[in-house]
Amino acid sequence: MSNKILEILNVKREFTMGTEIVRALKGVSFEVNAGEFVTIMGSSGSGKTTLLNMLGCLDKPTDGIYMLDKVNVKELSRDELAKLRNTKIGFVFQAYNLLPRTTALENVELPLLYNPAIGSKERKERAIAALQAVKLDGRFDHTPNQLSGGQQQRVAIARALVNEPVMILADEATGNLDTRTSYEIMALMQDLNQNGKTIVFVTHEPDIAGFSSRTIMLRDGKVQKDSMNTNHRSAKEALAALPAADDY
Amino acid sequence: MKLVNLIRLALLALERNKLRALLTMLGIIIGVGSVITMMSIGEGSKESINASLSSMGSNMITITPYSNEPGGARLGGSSFKTLTYKDVEAMKKNAPDLATLSPLASSSGQAINGANNWPTNIQGVSPEYLDIRKLVIKEGIVFSEQDVRASAKVCLLGKTVVDNLFPNGEDPIGKVIRFGKIPFQVIGVLVPKGYSNFGQDQDDLIIAPYTTIQKRITSSIYFGSIYASAINEGASDAAVNEINSILRESHRLRQNQDNDFQVRTQAELMTMMNSTSSMMTALLTAVASISLVIGGIGIMNIMYVSVTERTREIGLRMSIGARGIDILLQFLIEAVMISITGGVIGVVIGVSAALIVPKMLNWPTVISEFSIVISFLVCAVTGIFFGYYPALKASRLDPIEALRYE
Repeated sequence: MSNKILEILNVKREFTMGTEIVRALKGVSFEVNAGEFVTIMGSSGSGKTTLLNMLGCLDKPTDGIYMLDKVNVKELSRDELAKLRNTKIGFVFQAYNLLPRTTALENVELPLLYNPAIGSKERKERAIAALQAVKLDGRFDHTPNQLSGGQQQRVAIARALVNEPVMILADEATGNLDTRTSYEIMALMQDLNQNGKTIVFVTHEPDIAGFSSRTIMLRDGKVQKDSMNTNHRSAKEALAALPAADDY
Repeated sequence: MKLVNLIRLALLALERNKLRALLTMLGIIIGVGSVITMMSIGEGSKESINASLSSMGSNMITITPYSNEPGGARLGGSSFKTLTYKDVEAMKKNAPDLATLSPLASSSGQAINGANNWPTNIQGVSPEYLDIRKLVIKEGIVFSEQDVRASAKVCLLGKTVVDNLFPNGEDPIGKVIRFGKIPFQVIGVLVPKGYSNFGQDQDDLIIAPYTTIQKRITSSIYFGSIYASAINEGASDAAVNEINSILRESHRLRQNQDNDFQVRTQAELMTMMNSTSSMMTALLTAVASISLVIGGIGIMNIMYVSVTERTREIGLRMSIGARGIDILLQFLIEAVMISITGGVIGVVIGVSAALIVPKMLNWPTVISEFSIVISFLVCAVTGIFFGYYPALKASRLDPIEALRYE
């Protein structure tokens, strides 16, 4: 019926710390369809980060099945995982993780450099298009230290978009930003979602989760609650509702 | 990632840390520069030894008397008197591989011209000697066979002797000088040859017929040595064998007796001299290559620092799709860039030093392409070898941990 981007079935992840076995995920199952905007919430120690690493193909489950865009991640080698990350996932990090002393344009071009199918001309065009999509026209030549936090995060989002991934994976993407800028980023995310991008957003802030269409709550390595947000807010409206003289 | 992009990336990384890259290169620069300089000095001295040896005549064979005392103290060659004109004649007749021969009876003493005098060496030879030793007459004539037979008191002078006996620049030809008490008429002057590699003034000599020297000065029928030349360079060994058998026969040596003479070819001397200078070159080069190794360790060190510094960057690159090999190549190419750039600068410095040394120190140098190619290859290999481990470390980082690295 619907197009499943993510399919997680009874995923477990265990770490061996010395002689003890730490079970970070104790059997998590859920599915994400194309075009959804999902937030994953949970307190620290709930397995959020482990799940995120798994979703981002940085880590493989100890047990269970993880299908990303109909590919079983568990069977892939290190290099195949890298290729999958390159073509199917766009990462957005809390700390932006832009390359210092490198222009916005070059930062956005970066994922395409690891895609041998794309030539230098196409690379540049796509990077410009991605920066325009996050409304950073005219800042192509700025280096990260010449950009504000919000702008840096938008460069990072452009970098996540440029490879046309099936899913954008955001890890506390608003964690370092003030409320107004957070809302701006969320508005951008909602725009992207409306244009058909699937977004998985990890956060611990309930009001950020309110902007998504669905929230998955994790607790002690298990899904505690998986609910649709019937009355999800528009970030643009929330932005307009903020007191005007917010700049202190 | 494509190679072009990797190289561009490495250049960018180096450009961002210019001073650090330069300091890292320094080891390689000094290493390559000194290897090239040392090798060019070694090559140069080898070449100049060869040139001066072949200027003495590359087919030349020297026969000197040699001790055949069984046991007991052995004495130097000159104190043995075994070579006579009979040997010269026997060789002239029976050695087909010898082109020319000349006995040498020499003596040292004071050459006198009026108020000027000069201590020098007089060499009694036959006219062929000039051919064998590649001596050339500048002015005047060589004495003839006739002069030899007549024990004529004529002589040829080397430039040093001319300068000292005729300090006012008079023409020595036709003048009569004295060597000890014996008067000699100067009939020719030799083209100067300069100093030999052993620091010997090759122009400080007087040449006269050997008969004259034997009769008037040494009063001996024995020669200090015999000079010969083989018909060509390849015939040297055959000529040596002929000389050996002829002289053994004429000296009536029994089977079990050692030679009472010694035969040396120029080729042997050349090999001997070259082996000494090769050893010196090898030694100097070895010392210089140590700094190449140290330079390599410097690269390794700085690459480890660079990998640690950029752990987050590596994590990020991996999370957006860089494979292990991409990261490995990124750092490896950066290391190779450092070493190759250092190598190029080192070559430039080494070559310029090799060009300056002859002017400053008067040492001959020869820049061999071989030394440039070799040191360049060595520094590329150094870059790969010492850059590989840090690069490997980078490529094996766990992206999750690398991303969280503070």
